[in-house]
Amino acid sequence: MLALIIDDSRAMRMILRRIVTGLGFEAIEAGHGREALDHLERGRVPDVCLIDWNMPVMDGYAFVTEVRSRPEWRHITLMMVTTESEHGQIVKALAAGAHEYVIKPFTPEAITEKLELLGLVRDGALV
Amino acid sequence: MTISTQSFAYVADLVRRETSMLYDPGKEYLVEARLLPLAREAGHGDVDAYIASLRTDVVQRRRAIDALTINETSWFRDNAPYQVFTDELLPPILSARAHTRRISVWSAACSSGQEIYSIAMLLHEHLPPGWTTDLLATDVSTAMLDRVEKGRYSQVEMNRGMPAPRLVRWFSRVGAEWEVSADLRAQVRTRHLNLAAPFPFGLAPTGGFDVIFLRNVLIYFDLETKRDILRRVRDLVAPDGVLILGSSESSLDLDQQWTREAIGRVQVHRPVGARATAYTPPALQGA
Repeated sequence: MLALIIDDSRAMRMILRRIVTGLGFEAIEAGHGREALDHLERGRVPDVCLIDWNMPVMDGYAFVTEVRSRPEWRHITLMMVTTESEHGQIVKALAAGAHEYVIKPFTPEAITEKLELLGLVRDGALV
Repeated sequence: MTISTQSFAYVADLVRRETSMLYDPGKEYLVEARLLPLAREAGHGDVDAYIASLRTDVVQRRRAIDALTINETSWFRDNAPYQVFTDELLPPILSARAHTRRISVWSAACSSGQEIYSIAMLLHEHLPPGWTTDLLATDVSTAMLDRVEKGRYSQVEMNRGMPAPRLVRWFSRVGAEWEVSADLRAQVRTRHLNLAAPFPFGLAPTGGFDVIFLRNVLIYFDLETKRDILRRVRDLVAPDGVLILGSSESSLDLDQQWTREAIGRVQVHRPVGARATAYTPPALQGA
C-alpha cells in the first residue's frame, strides 16, 4: 500500500514516514497540496494521504476539496494530521471529504490506531 | 536512576495489600515513572524520599496508589470487542429486554472512562427510541473516577482511537481539553470499587448486568484473586448476560462456571447454564 505524506515540515514528514513504513506502507512525500496533486496526476495514486492543513502554495483543505472533486480518486483515504484543533475546523475537513483527523502533537500509536479505524492496518501491520 | 530495592518492595507490598494488584520485580521503572511527578509536586528530591514519606503521609499514600493503579487506555480500544457488542450481542439483548427496554452495562476497572463513554456512544447510535441505559463505571482509583465524572480529555488522549465523526458529535472544546457531552455524562454513574474485595450490596441492577466489560485488569492479580473475582462477577451478570475480558485474558483454567464462545477474534463468556437468547438474524426471519 502507498501512503502520501503531505506536510511542509521535513521533520514531520520524516516522523510520519517512519511510522507508516514501520507498518508496511511504501511512502512518498510532498511539501504542499499542489506537489501532492502532481504525484496523483502522474499516476502515483496513494491508498492513503496524511495531510497537514497549513502549507504554502496549496493548503490541506484545498487539497482534500480538489481530490474529492475527481471521481477517479474517490477511493483514496484522506486523513488530516494538523495543529488545527478547533471543533469547527474538524467539521469542515470531514464535510469536505476527509475520513479522519489527528491533531498534533500525536504519538505513533495514535496514527496506527487511526489507520486501524480506517481498515488499512490490523495488529500493527497492513491488512 | 532507579529506585532502591527497599522502596520498590515497600510500594509493591502497599499496592498488593490495598488493591491485590501485583508489581513484580522488573517493574521498578514503571513505579518510578508513575511516582516521579508526585514526588516533584510534593517537593522531594527523588522518588526514594517520596516513598519514604508514604509511611506516615496517608494523603500521599492514597495518591500514590491511584497513580500506580491506572492503566493506559484508548477510545474503542482494540475495536473488535465493540464491534461484537453492537453486531452480535446487542440484537439478542434488544429482543430479550423488549419488555423493559432497558440495557445495563458495567465497565469494571474503568480507568479514565474511555471504555464506558465508548459504550455510551455506541448505545446512542444503536438503541431504538424509547430505550434507557444503566451504565456503571467503577475503579479502585478515586482520581480516575473524578476524571470520568468530569469527562475531560487532553488532545493526546482524544487522538487515541476516537473517530473524528464521533469527536465532533459528542465533544466540545473547553480550553485545551475536550469535554464529553452532558448527555453522555448524565448516563454514566461512577462508584469506587476494589475488585479484589467483596462487592457491596446493590452494585448490580435487579436481574444483573446484561454486559460486563472486565478488560485488561485480571492480569494484575494473582491466580487466587482472579478466580475469586470471576466467581463474584458471576453473581452480578444476568443469567443471559455476557462477560468480556481483555484479548489476552480468559476464564479458562480459572472458573469452570463460565462457558466461552469465540465470536470472531473476541471471546465472550457466559455463566454456565445460561444460553444465548434466541436471535434470528433479519435475513433468516420468515425463511
